[in-house]
Amino acid sequence: MNKTFWIILFVLGLLAPFAVYPVLMMELLCFALFACAFNLLLGYSGLLSFGHAAFFGSAAYITGFVMTQWNFGPFSGIVAGTLFAGALGLVFGLLAIRRQGIYFAMITLALEQIVFFLSLKLPFTGGEDGLQGIPRGMLFGFIDLNQPLNMYYTVFAIFVACFWLIHRTVHSPFGQVLRAIRENEPRAISLGYNVERIKLLAFVLSATLAGTAGATKSIVFQTASLTDVSWHTSGSVILMTLLGGMGTLLGPIVGAFTVVGLEHELSGIGSWVTVIIGMIFIVCVLAFRRGIVGEIGRLWKRSF
Amino acid sequence: MGLPLNAVLAQAMLGLNQGAFYALLSLGLAVIFGLLNIINFAHGAFYMLGAFVALIGLTQFGGWIGEPELQINFWAALVLAPLIVGLLGVLIERTMLQRLYKFDHLYGLLLTFGVALVLQGYFTNYYNVNGTPYPGIPASLKGIVNLGFMYFPKYRLFAIAASLVVCFLTWYVIERTKIGAYLRAGTENPNLVQAFGINVPLMITLTYGFGVALAALAGVLAAPIYSVGPLMGANVIITVFAVVVIGGMGSIMGSIVTGLALGMIEGITKVVYPPAANTVIFFVMVIVLLVRPAGLFGREQ
Amino acid sequence: MKKLTRSLVCAAALGLSVAGPVNAAGISDGVVKIGVLTDMSGVYSAIGGKGSVVAAEMAVHDFGGTVLGKPIKIIAADHQEKADVGSAVAREWIDRDHVDMITDILNSAVGIAVQKLASEKHTITMNTGAGSTALTNKDCTKYGIHYLYDTYALPVGTATAMVKGGGKSWYFITADYAFGHSLQDNTAKVVKSLGGEVKGEVQAPLGTTDFSSYLIQAQSSGAQVIALANAGADTINAIKQANEFGIVAQGQKMAGMLVFLTDVKSLGLNIAKGLQFTTSYYWDRNDASRKFGDAFYAKFGKMPTMDQAGVYSAVLNYLRAVKAAGTDNADAVRAELGKMKIDFFGDTGHIRADGLNVHDMYLVKVKSPKESNPKHGHGWDLLQVEQTIPGDKAYMTLAQGSCPLAK
Repeated sequence: MNKTFWIILFVLGLLAPFAVYPVLMMELLCFALFACAFNLLLGYSGLLSFGHAAFFGSAAYITGFVMTQWNFGPFSGIVAGTLFAGALGLVFGLLAIRRQGIYFAMITLALEQIVFFLSLKLPFTGGEDGLQGIPRGMLFGFIDLNQPLNMYYTVFAIFVACFWLIHRTVHSPFGQVLRAIRENEPRAISLGYNVERIKLLAFVLSATLAGTAGATKSIVFQTASLTDVSWHTSGSVILMTLLGGMGTLLGPIVGAFTVVGLEHELSGIGSWVTVIIGMIFIVCVLAFRRGIVGEIGRLWKRSF
Repeated sequence: MGLPLNAVLAQAMLGLNQGAFYALLSLGLAVIFGLLNIINFAHGAFYMLGAFVALIGLTQFGGWIGEPELQINFWAALVLAPLIVGLLGVLIERTMLQRLYKFDHLYGLLLTFGVALVLQGYFTNYYNVNGTPYPGIPASLKGIVNLGFMYFPKYRLFAIAASLVVCFLTWYVIERTKIGAYLRAGTENPNLVQAFGINVPLMITLTYGFGVALAALAGVLAAPIYSVGPLMGANVIITVFAVVVIGGMGSIMGSIVTGLALGMIEGITKVVYPPAANTVIFFVMVIVLLVRPAGLFGREQ
Repeated sequence: MKKLTRSLVCAAALGLSVAGPVNAAGISDGVVKIGVLTDMSGVYSAIGGKGSVVAAEMAVHDFGGTVLGKPIKIIAADHQEKADVGSAVAREWIDRDHVDMITDILNSAVGIAVQKLASEKHTITMNTGAGSTALTNKDCTKYGIHYLYDTYALPVGTATAMVKGGGKSWYFITADYAFGHSLQDNTAKVVKSLGGEVKGEVQAPLGTTDFSSYLIQAQSSGAQVIALANAGADTINAIKQANEFGIVAQGQKMAGMLVFLTDVKSLGLNIAKGLQFTTSYYWDRNDASRKFGDAFYAKFGKMPTMDQAGVYSAVLNYLRAVKAAGTDNADAVRAELGKMKIDFFGDTGHIRADGLNVHDMYLVKVKSPKESNPKHGHGWDLLQVEQTIPGDKAYMTLAQGSCPLAK
């Protein structure tokens, strides 16, 4: 049944742009990937980073920069952004990984604020205007990404590839160790695991994939802006992950679709959207801590 | 570049002004964190709410109840706003936060994040995001005084003094009195304190209400200086987090001293390299946490 | 993977078939759609926001509700001050809803992004909200019109008047981003060309709430004029705090480079009195502006800001151009807009090849509480028009500009 389910989702993903406005679909997928990457850290290793927008946003800037200034194609552009996010993740990780809980959250937040400051002040970022007019270009030299459907299937392919990677990671021995650390760190240490190194690896992987999401988004929307690196974005990815259900594969996707979808559909009512999302979030924290997917999964199991 | 002494003193004075607000705000956070072990993300929103209670009381409330002449003045707001907001805090603690204590502390942070979104979104719908000036500075605090090295608004002197008095009173009560001893003991070992016949859940509720009331008080004090706007809390909360973390989570004196010191550092940055004024605190935070992981005044757990 | 490739090919083919031939005459898809892209909840929502939507609807109503026998529809969205949100909305409007013209677009970053995108898709933008001169210079486009004001025109009038009035030495408190820098540069040029001097500057980060430190620095510089090269909440806070520290009372003058009517209303006359700035619309300037002001007040409960008035005027003139061109085809309408006289509440402007709408600007001064008549204009009797700055003096000439389309 599980396999059928994923195949159905995949086919839905292929058909989606004919039913939903493609750019919205792409935005949903980018944020879903971002949330999945974040979930790899929060859901599977228990680390709450409050600075993930730093990776998402800086990758967007780097991709935009190499594509506008150095005429990189979209593929190498996304790779450059992704690698940069990974490297930045390594720096953050080395500084933060020994801290726990709230301190870990706060030090990642502080580092992100510094990245935000650099994004505002560095000469190539366009300050508060951000980078504009990033070309979509030709993927591999022959697929014109200015065609909405070409762009969509590229984003979809990136998403599927990254999701598959996350899926494999979670179910690999590495993923098992991660969960073991989350459940009981001292025991993992006494079993001889180099806990810090494993956490660092998870952090870098999560940062890298968040970077892929940001890089892809910058090509879809052809802009990279300060919003992408601000702590509000870090806040919303936490919200998406929790809402959907952390520690589940599907949860972050559902969460991202819910939050971005609500913001999109309700954009006409001004800041009532914030009120509604805040309320949903409160209810979720109070009553459905497993998130939408987690709760459904529990009901499913109970009824069979 | 050899700043003249007067200019340095003037900037120090302004830094103290900023620092006093940071101290008052981070104090409330520290009190809450000390006993409840949660990071109160809604602190900024309560600060905003405090300012709005003052503003609405002065300019709108009378109209709402059909008595347009009725104005709740600044002094009344100084008492009423912390009470009202504190009560709201008590309500939130009783109905929501209390259900979360048995889970990971991060849920407290997330819940209050949701509360902050709701409050902020709600006020954004009705009030100018750019802020509305609070017109009700009491006549006795209007005007400026000559400090010798600068002209300084009387009201700001009052705000500095009031913040510091409240900060040190709070510190005294928690660190030097019997009530404070119960509180601290409740943090260390709630079961034992409960066994002594003290109602720990009530104590927790009141502590949360008190911490939140401090935020509201800061909001009322800030209203005449800055404009009252729905985003005033969101802008300041992240900085205040940094203050608490640098000072050491839960350390009362730590948050007061750090608040004042960081206000000063920010003040100096505003002269030396203004573009970094809003970021300098985070540089300090990264450095401090690398050297002293538990903050300047915190204990390693 | 094979499946994916196949669907990619399939999809590409479909993508091609979607784009059909474009009608050169008449109204495409039987309706003229105008999108008001504005800030509904952020820092500029009081300047544009719902008021802009009201203004656009009033323009449609005043035009008669239909153009060339086809209905006119106004749609609106919030860009949340984010360039990516703004361009996403614009993209969707153009691709899916077939919007013919987008207006307002407060915030320069959003403005530049949307103008670029819309022009790629052959859609006219009439920007009334953003100030950046980049819109008609480095980032100018074929279909992008900068309608209301820019960071060149704003300081010209204000700075000239103040230097001539004896304010020879200036100190700048500048919002530390492109908009602030460009305001400062343009103002400083004017000041220097008239024999004034710039004594110093300080770059305040975006979102500063306490300007006292910068104000004290400005005060100790001894400059006669403290110029605020910022906008919105920054301007309000700076003016309020300058008043608090008694800076104006001690003889220095404040100059706001971009001030909106709502800022003055929010500050109150007691604090703002005597402040001079440049605007392109004030409701109490002439009969035409009063007529619109009163009608707007009746609908919205506030007098219009220059941005809201700009949206009204832009929509009205766009519809006139559609009527004159006999089509909503962007090329034809843009050509018509370039030819026709742009009526702006009794004044006339013209739209140049670089997209700039050249029209008169007004130097205004905030009234003191005594000068203001509370019975006049529902409590909005706030400004005194001091001087008219002719369009060709207010704006950069084509030769000064750097738009490749106009070379």
